[in-house]
Amino acid sequence: MSAYPHRHLLGIERLEPDEITSILDTAQGLREILDRPIKKVPALRGKTVVNLFYEPSTRTRASFEVAEKVLSADSLSIAAAASSVQKGETLLDTAKNLEAMNPDMIVIRHSAAGAPHFLARHCRAAIVNAGDGAHEHPTQALLDALTLRQRKGRIEGLRVAIVGDVLHSRVARSNVWLLSKLGARPVLCAPPTLVPPGIEALAPVTHRIDEAVEGADAVMMLRIQRERMTGGYYPSDREYHVRFGLTEERVKRAKRDVLILHPGPMNRGVEIASEVADGPYSVILDQVTNGVAVRMAVLLLLLGGTGEPS
Amino acid sequence: MSAKGAGVPAPPGYRIRQELMDAERLARALARIAREIVERPHHAEGLVLVGVRTRGVPLARRLALLVGDAGLPPPPVGALDITLYRDDLTTVAPQPVLRGTEIPVSIDGRTVVLVDDVLYTGRTVRAALDEIIDFGRPARVKLAVLVDRGHRELPIRADYAGQTITTTRDEIVQVLLSEEDRQDRVLLLEKEPARPRPAAGPRARPPARPAARRPKGKRGRRA
Repeated sequence: MSAYPHRHLLGIERLEPDEITSILDTAQGLREILDRPIKKVPALRGKTVVNLFYEPSTRTRASFEVAEKVLSADSLSIAAAASSVQKGETLLDTAKNLEAMNPDMIVIRHSAAGAPHFLARHCRAAIVNAGDGAHEHPTQALLDALTLRQRKGRIEGLRVAIVGDVLHSRVARSNVWLLSKLGARPVLCAPPTLVPPGIEALAPVTHRIDEAVEGADAVMMLRIQRERMTGGYYPSDREYHVRFGLTEERVKRAKRDVLILHPGPMNRGVEIASEVADGPYSVILDQVTNGVAVRMAVLLLLLGGTGEPS
Repeated sequence: MSAKGAGVPAPPGYRIRQELMDAERLARALARIAREIVERPHHAEGLVLVGVRTRGVPLARRLALLVGDAGLPPPPVGALDITLYRDDLTTVAPQPVLRGTEIPVSIDGRTVVLVDDVLYTGRTVRAALDEIIDFGRPARVKLAVLVDRGHRELPIRADYAGQTITTTRDEIVQVLLSEEDRQDRVLLLEKEPARPRPAAGPRARPPARPAARRPKGKRGRRA
């Protein structure tokens, strides 16, 4: 049986648990390359990857670029803000034109949910979802899972609090799906205004952070996504911090070996206190390194091999 | 990996043609390789054994112990996963399954002995050489294999070989090691005939072990 029998990575929702596990295993095997004196292997020589980013990104884009370089793929990155998108070109036209240059993979971030799925229907290249609207961010969930697995030795049975702006968070959705599939127990926590309708079907929801953090093995903090907010979802940053911010005091409610995760970029003093972000339980920078390993794994599984059973 | 064979039992469509080594002969072959390594004076300082995954790794571990028994300090053992250096990774190879590379010490200025179970086309060794060079600049790289079965496609030869045999391309040399396969044994497999023969006659005989296919030689460096 093939480790990952799909042509694309569009989301976590449709993946089988053993497919997720084989991405994590591959990432773990690749992690070591980042510590070598020469951080480059010839695996994807001659493959071309286009990074098509319609939304701002530092971590995800840099992480994909590093992963591509380490695996020797040729890559080009296109930021929509400095491209023909500004001249009114549609997503399909942009993709069709890029595809005429014969890339093997397109990594896309877009503000519209479903944009990667749309490309997958119209392009020959393998499509990787690097975040689509408030829908999914599969590589983020995978790197969070890899970080948890490295530190805890397992995912199954872990109690994981996911706290913050759940409404706008693709990270929360991908993580809830992934954690549930691998047997963890995610709990969502947000103010009532930042809970998307229907989410309680996927995981229990609480509006009290103390309750969510109580006995947690890990706490995933979500960024307050001001750029997506059109109205007043909460009175002020200060009040949000008082009611929903992760402080040292609140961390004490969790298990003694709790892990604190944040997908970045952080709003210090809003969803997370600086002492916590920089504290001993924080694995935020591990997440960044693991992000490169996970993206290498996705590149390798989609572009390496023929997809034939081994 | 097709021609190198995996675990027990024989892959579908193949049957045992000959037992090349039993546990005792395998142990003797490794002991001889270890002795030959120890006899080289330049190996004494800074020896590193690097096994090529999968079965090169347990072989390298055993060789390290034997080298230790022969009087040298037991050398460090590394493991090389050459998957990412294969020349057919993106064309014909199955989807890669990574088991990871671990090189425990700096290889700069040391003598690296690559260890693998079977030397066949030489393409795995080419990949291993490329990968090891990415970890530093060893003083020299040597190659030790349990079985050299010929059919090289690259200018590569073994410095130490447990056994050198003549094979045809559609045969498989299957190395079984207790660490992976719960037994120590080296088998030569051949393709099942296309059609089963009529029930009468030679079918009833025990599995063939033709004495005609004697291994050609026991010493290495024959390629």
